[in-house]
Amino acid sequence: MSDPPPTPLLTLRGIGKSFLGVRVLDGVDLDVAPGEVHAVVGENGAGKSTLMKIVSGGYAPDGGTVEFAGEPRTFRGPRDAQRAGVGIIHQEFNLLPERTVAENVYLGHEPVRRGLVDRREMLERTRRLLDSIGETALPADARVGQLGVAQQQVVEIAKALALDARLLIMDEPTAALADHEVELLYGLVRRLQERGIGLLYVSHRLKEVFDLSSRITVLKDGRRVTTVDTADTSADELVRHMVGRELSSYYPDRAAPEDRGPVRLNLRDVGNRKLRDVNLQLRAGEVLGIGGLQGSGRSALARAIFGVSPFTTGDVTLDDRPVRLRSPRTAMRAGIAYVTEDRKGEGIVGRQSVLDNALLASRAVFAARSGRAARTVRVRELLAAVEVRGAGDDQEIRFLSGGNQQKVVLARWLALNPRILLFDEPTRGIDVGAKSAIHDLVRRLARDGAAVLMISSDLPELLGMSDRIVVMRDGHVAGELPAGATEEEVVALAVGTTREMAQ
Amino acid sequence: MSALSLLPARRPVPGVFVALTLTLAIGWLVVLLDGGQLFNQSTTVSLLHVAAGLGLVAVGQTLVILGGSLDLSVAYVISLSTLVAAETMNGSDGALLPAVGLALAVSAGIGLLNGLLVTKLRVNAFIATLGVGLLLKGYLDNGYDGPAGTTSPTLVQSLGYQRIGPVPVSFLLLVAVTAAAWFALSKTRFGHHLVAVGGDPEVARLSGVRNDRILVTAHVLCSMCAGLAGIYLASRLGSGAPRVGTEGLYDLESIAAVVIGGTALAGGRGGVIGTVGGVLLLASIDAIFNQLEVDAFFKQVIRGAIIIAAVAVYARRAMRKAAA
Repeated sequence: MSDPPPTPLLTLRGIGKSFLGVRVLDGVDLDVAPGEVHAVVGENGAGKSTLMKIVSGGYAPDGGTVEFAGEPRTFRGPRDAQRAGVGIIHQEFNLLPERTVAENVYLGHEPVRRGLVDRREMLERTRRLLDSIGETALPADARVGQLGVAQQQVVEIAKALALDARLLIMDEPTAALADHEVELLYGLVRRLQERGIGLLYVSHRLKEVFDLSSRITVLKDGRRVTTVDTADTSADELVRHMVGRELSSYYPDRAAPEDRGPVRLNLRDVGNRKLRDVNLQLRAGEVLGIGGLQGSGRSALARAIFGVSPFTTGDVTLDDRPVRLRSPRTAMRAGIAYVTEDRKGEGIVGRQSVLDNALLASRAVFAARSGRAARTVRVRELLAAVEVRGAGDDQEIRFLSGGNQQKVVLARWLALNPRILLFDEPTRGIDVGAKSAIHDLVRRLARDGAAVLMISSDLPELLGMSDRIVVMRDGHVAGELPAGATEEEVVALAVGTTREMAQ
Repeated sequence: MSALSLLPARRPVPGVFVALTLTLAIGWLVVLLDGGQLFNQSTTVSLLHVAAGLGLVAVGQTLVILGGSLDLSVAYVISLSTLVAAETMNGSDGALLPAVGLALAVSAGIGLLNGLLVTKLRVNAFIATLGVGLLLKGYLDNGYDGPAGTTSPTLVQSLGYQRIGPVPVSFLLLVAVTAAAWFALSKTRFGHHLVAVGGDPEVARLSGVRNDRILVTAHVLCSMCAGLAGIYLASRLGSGAPRVGTEGLYDLESIAAVVIGGTALAGGRGGVIGTVGGVLLLASIDAIFNQLEVDAFFKQVIRGAIIIAAVAVYARRAMRKAAA
């Protein structure tokens, strides 16, 4: 596997790109052979997504050459790239919720007969495609908006496959998937490999990169640091290339027993449409991890506490006083902050500036005039404190990388001095460097006396960060684990093995 | 979320038809108590005539709204089209076809302008089409004080007044245009791409849809529908009328019909069948109030209330869907 393949499918030489005067890519070289999985890793804003968009025709490079299947190419747009045989699965879903699975899969290249869209053929082909990736339960005529996150991801993959791509780009394909779904994706990737399809695989999860790829290219600040054979490297070495830091310094220290304060939030037998009989205590100074599969009620719990879809049964006390959290506004007034899972949809206002986004919550809760200037100063300080990089405060937030966007969201909530912080997948789609910055920040907040509830699908993160772990399943608490639990114990509770069933 | 709970995306009957049935039933009863008859020959015919005119415009409007755009210039396009048609015909049957062709071509040209402004110059659709409308208004106000030209007698007799039983030929034209639009939306790539562009332009673009071309086409078709409505009005009036479009409030009424028909104003969801339901609802209310001889201003109040109620109902539904 160490021999460079003789005829690369894709060859990039000296690719450069700037946005608004900021150099995002600079002289990047890369090649992919047929049947090869070439992983691309790198920190926040290292230029991975931009590079992928250049290969797939989304952006035109400012400099350098793209060679595909032995010919120099300049893709005029995504359609052009698709025709040539480049498919892409984007990090954020690119689906129409109002349309069916089949309509989404074949959007832009609907099968036609006598000039008309052949709906039956479209459904049939979609079904066959879904069968071929082992998703027989997913109906081809379901409305995509009705599907869960993981199923939407499957539609995305089917959509790329429907293009008969020779090169497939996967930009964080597992970010939204639960563990057993990741296994399915592995199988799919290997099947694609056998068909001689080249894969460019972008991921923050080093485990996947090592499981799947044959070569790894590391990007940092828009430049290529190195390209290594996967067999010849280690996770530690990769992380060093990416951030110049060892893997072991990853998670901050846990709270000492004496740091744990009184019970801040007490849930007694609470429930709603998605939750039942949940009992939970959240203490000041601790990070309570919430584990479980997708749809097990983890997010529903956070959303209920924050008043998005409130509890309909049970009692909630906050600092020993009964409260009713009817709306996000009452929750915010009570000192609760919620960093959502869906950053693009619920976390940020894409077209507003970094500063406006950071001020959003303060402006909503406080009276319009009083202390406006002081608030702005404080938010600017917070933005500096969370180290938002690569952008001025006046830049539209959508141009920032995921990690920097998340830091802005954090600054927004910190401006309210919350006593309870709810994090839902705080580091999803965020690179290693920004991840540990956010981990440090979360721990620092707990140390300063906040009560933190953190939902995570990333098991090492959940185990590394939490002082206690509550695992959810089917809308109720499946069990609680102390710090130092193993991945196996969490998974066993999440999927419901014999031990818990016997209770 | 289990796979079992997934229903196929079969569209339910748009709620507007339920509202239409209720309105007609209540209207029939009230008119009856008032000593009148809602469904006699003359009221039915006039109801369908009203629906035909508004319907042609609204079907076109549905296309642009589905694509996430909007056309406020339709009222002026209608007026212009009546004039182009009537002046070209100049009372003779010989010039009938060239006149119809010219009126449609002029309309298509305006649609092209609208489309290019919206896509190539990236002018907000509201502003772009309003601007083009004002441009046309200037031309019409400057050149015409009153009716001009004469519609060909054949067109007046056929499209204007011919009917089969109580159904005017013009209403059959609306049915045909609606069927064509429905067919285009569900059976052609253009239709699929149009809904995609309205649903999420970025998704459409990244899927290889040529957004600009699709949206320009939708604008051309919308304007041509307005042009067709103009030709129909010319056949009713016997001449070109420079204010008929604005006096009939075709711009706002067509958008109202689209919205009442269940098409999302932001685009990406809806269809022409619902729009026709919306048109029939507005026309029925008109007919009922005419029978009851209700004050014209009060009529507007009721229409306003209905439009707001319709949008509120759809918004609630969308919320429930999001929560599910």
